[in-house]
Amino acid sequence: MAWSAKTQRMTASEGQTGVTARAGADLLPRRFADWFAGRGWQPRRHQLDLLEHGLAGRSALLIAPTGGGKTLAGFLASLVELGERAGAARTSSTLHTLYISPLKALAVDIARNLEAPVAEMGLDIRIETRTGDTPQGKRRRQRLDPPDILITTPEQLALMIAYPDAERFFSGLRCVVLDELHALVASKRGALLSLGLARLARIAPQARRTGLSATVADPDALRAWLVPQPVDAPPHHAALVEGDPGPPPDISILESVERVPWSGHSARYAIGEIYEAIRARRMVLIFVNTRSQAELVFQELWHVNEDTLPIALHHGSLDVSQRRRVEQAMSEGTLRAVVCTSTLDLGIDWGDVDLVVNVGAPKGASRLMQRIGRANHRLNEPSHALLVPSNRFEVLECQAAEDAAAEGEQDTEPPVAGKLDVLAQHVLGVACAGPFDADALYREIRSAAAYMTLARADFDAVVDFVATGGYALRSYERFARLRRTPDGLWRLAHPRIAQQYRLNVGTIVEADMLKVRLARQRGRGARRMVGPGGRVLGEIEEYFIEQLAPGDTFLFAGHVLRFERLEESEALVTRTSAQEPRIPAYMGGKFPLSTYLAARVRAMLDDPERWRALPAQVRDWLSIQRFKSRVPKRTEMLVETFPRAKRHYLVCYPFEGRLAHQTLGMLLTRRMERLGARPLGFVANEYALAVWGTRDLSLMVESGHLSLPELFEEDMLGDDLDAWLAESSLMKRTFRSCAVIAGLIERRFPGKEKSGRQVTFSSDLIYDVLRQHEPDHVLLRAAWDDAAAGLLDIRRLSDMLARIRGHIVHRRLETVSPLAVPVMLEIGREPVYGEADEALLQEAADELVAEAMRLV
Amino acid sequence: MSLSPKPCASSEAPPIRLNGLDLVADLSGALFVPALETLIVADLHLEKGSAYAARGVHLPPYDTRATLGLLREVMARYRPRTLVSLGDSFHDGRARERLHDTDIASIRALSELCDMVWITGNHDREPPEDLGGQVAGELRLGDIVLRHEPSTGLALETEISGHLHPVAAVVRRGRRVRRRCFASDGARLVLPAFGAYTGGLDVRSESFAEVFPSGRFTVWMLGRDAVYALPSRALRYSG
Repeated sequence: MAWSAKTQRMTASEGQTGVTARAGADLLPRRFADWFAGRGWQPRRHQLDLLEHGLAGRSALLIAPTGGGKTLAGFLASLVELGERAGAARTSSTLHTLYISPLKALAVDIARNLEAPVAEMGLDIRIETRTGDTPQGKRRRQRLDPPDILITTPEQLALMIAYPDAERFFSGLRCVVLDELHALVASKRGALLSLGLARLARIAPQARRTGLSATVADPDALRAWLVPQPVDAPPHHAALVEGDPGPPPDISILESVERVPWSGHSARYAIGEIYEAIRARRMVLIFVNTRSQAELVFQELWHVNEDTLPIALHHGSLDVSQRRRVEQAMSEGTLRAVVCTSTLDLGIDWGDVDLVVNVGAPKGASRLMQRIGRANHRLNEPSHALLVPSNRFEVLECQAAEDAAAEGEQDTEPPVAGKLDVLAQHVLGVACAGPFDADALYREIRSAAAYMTLARADFDAVVDFVATGGYALRSYERFARLRRTPDGLWRLAHPRIAQQYRLNVGTIVEADMLKVRLARQRGRGARRMVGPGGRVLGEIEEYFIEQLAPGDTFLFAGHVLRFERLEESEALVTRTSAQEPRIPAYMGGKFPLSTYLAARVRAMLDDPERWRALPAQVRDWLSIQRFKSRVPKRTEMLVETFPRAKRHYLVCYPFEGRLAHQTLGMLLTRRMERLGARPLGFVANEYALAVWGTRDLSLMVESGHLSLPELFEEDMLGDDLDAWLAESSLMKRTFRSCAVIAGLIERRFPGKEKSGRQVTFSSDLIYDVLRQHEPDHVLLRAAWDDAAAGLLDIRRLSDMLARIRGHIVHRRLETVSPLAVPVMLEIGREPVYGEADEALLQEAADELVAEAMRLV
Repeated sequence: MSLSPKPCASSEAPPIRLNGLDLVADLSGALFVPALETLIVADLHLEKGSAYAARGVHLPPYDTRATLGLLREVMARYRPRTLVSLGDSFHDGRARERLHDTDIASIRALSELCDMVWITGNHDREPPEDLGGQVAGELRLGDIVLRHEPSTGLALETEISGHLHPVAAVVRRGRRVRRRCFASDGARLVLPAFGAYTGGLDVRSESFAEVFPSGRFTVWMLGRDAVYALPSRALRYSG
């Protein structure tokens, strides 16, 4: 059924252009042409182009918006080759095509959908899947007796090449199809995959690559990513096929009659209007930025759901079976709305969605476009999207995103490259397949575009790490995991190591999560007893549960739940009738606004003519700002100082996203402390940073005691940064992730911590000791490389400091400015995010002293 | 987010009083008894890193070095006449073989600076005899007994011990802060683990309930810049 929905978008009038299409059509065997005709379809131009490249053995990248028969395009050449096999070749038992999809659910879906045309055309092709859920017995059988087409995930490929019989298994491989390539290359998963592909290039050099991607900012980078690169020669690129972009989407920003809040991330004010949109449409997807926002919006919608429309909830922390039920209902068309997070972005067919609502700012133009593009659209009908900003600044972000979309601009990040922790995991996998020669492996790795510039010294450091931990103090030679053979090859020291490797494959290191389980209640009142036994509702972050005391209530899986206790690393909860949870969850987004959109917003502010496109409430806000203070020009950074209620504030507007601002806040306050400004605290949002203290900051700046250029000097990223990183819990979390991926410490499997064989170890202890005794260890370098982006966004901060040098403008004010209001409102509302432990301890101790000193 | 704690050197932290004796809880996790010029540390777990390495987990081999370095620094500050290592000084029975020459020399040097006593623990029932100092199962300092593992139930004597690796947690502003700590109910005192790679056990767990049978005790939590004293009722169990 999913097939027909997608293929309905193919019609006669589209895509029939020129020689290529006709040539491609000539390549289509009779049986295939008849099948298309039998369904009343015409193959699209990009499908035929890809077919032509494929049959000629050429690697190619298809860039097309989602849908539009992309998957069929990816498979067509393989189906034709396999379908036209004659005689003995038809029963051969070798793998012809490997199809890699980012999600295991997607893999299973693709397989099912492929079976239909194969069966209808009477093709003799075996299609199977292999995912994390595939039982060991089936995997073993597949290795001995491979299907023609294997549909799998990147992690499974890493596992498959780590066997001695990998060469035999892949010897007949003719094609690798990589779906949702734009999403794969953006993370460490893509880096690991590129290393796996480099290995495939060596053991199966005849296998072409077919990449399927959404629109990206730099197609050439993906074209190079797809194919093996020569060493010290100009790069190779896969051929490029561009699909018809389709009609531009119809994006609008909600012009609410309600007052748009000054700050925060709740879309409560707009719930009524969102509900009206649901009533007016067939099926609406409502995207939000975080799980907790999804819970909140879901609750709010049900409060106003007078028509009892079927509205569902979908996010990554919900139990898998729950999510599958929602996805099933979506494709069957029995839902009117789904409140969801980005976990639904890479999902299976959405069914008949005719409106995408994005609550909160989209954070990136490309992210928005990819999401909108997935909404079902009949031919020549644009996809519809509604942006609902949750505060006034987000109105600007949404406007910038809308403008960017109208201009077709992309802001995708370049593919992740050069990650040393990922390389370490791969090297161990290579050793599991058999002894390797260091020189040959180095050359093989450099053939991956993502590792093209890998220095030999770094490669050697990684091999040394895998063998003995890579320490300057050579204590571990006798405990080595890799040893040299007499002919200089590296081999596994013991087969046990391969078993251990297989349990730890992968690059996704989740925040520690705990299962949330409904408890069974017995008795009442004082005799009430609660025990495990209900179903699992989903998973929740450990740091959230840590703060709960028995009796606290919180929102999850659509209910207000009461936390009872922790039982064997599960959080036991009961349902309550309470309407409001006592403990709020973190609401801010996962991603900061992109550099690209931030630049657009700054440009928008700089041009009062463009304010006319904004809602009156926002226009007024900016006009009053211009009157009372200043609206920052595109190239400058505004710094305001003002007093308020016995405190003095310094607010600056870098427009670089919440994460970079948090880092800046930490460094700035250290510096201010040294300059005698005595800061007490700070708070940040997407575009501003506010610092406060007891000393008159306006006076300090104007008298020259506090020099703003000196304060924002780039050398802040030297010693100050270094000192802070020693204790930063964000940095430690980053390091932990590297240590797990590189294979130094094992993954934690929820619920299995108590098993004796688990050799988990606190990475924080390792981090401290390593920083002290071997600061340039390869793992620290890997963590530092991650910190440049990621949770600390240091590179972005560095670029900002360079950008504003010589362009700082100061305004001394008597009261808070309109532009500062949103960030000021965050004070006390945002949870303490990471670095104030010492202050919290002090506070706890002081409170008790105060309590003790009270006379009553 | 506030971040300027009032400066509070560890010597200003309220002292631990045990049977009339004032004890100093040092930020490093060491305990100093001024009246007896004695420094006490517990659970060094030297060569824990290499113990893991022997099982294929190549932890950085610097834990012994880091632990000894910290101990030297604390010794330099207090200049005690006696140093007591309160058990589990070595992670296992084969640690002596894995010790680096530099670290062996360091330990011997320490034992020459003062009287050194190695109390036996459950991990090191037979500490090495060739690194200086004396080995003992228990030690008495006046009325106080020093042993590795704390006794349980009603306290019959004043006792200082280790073994349990106490940590305590407070929750404030939606955030949990968990730190190593000293713990005492006035009769028994349990020291935090001093070793660089040592983990911890929450003071609100079962094991501590038997050591502090009244259920009420005080903890001295090791922050970054200072030691913070808190009553047990202010703590949250951290699993």
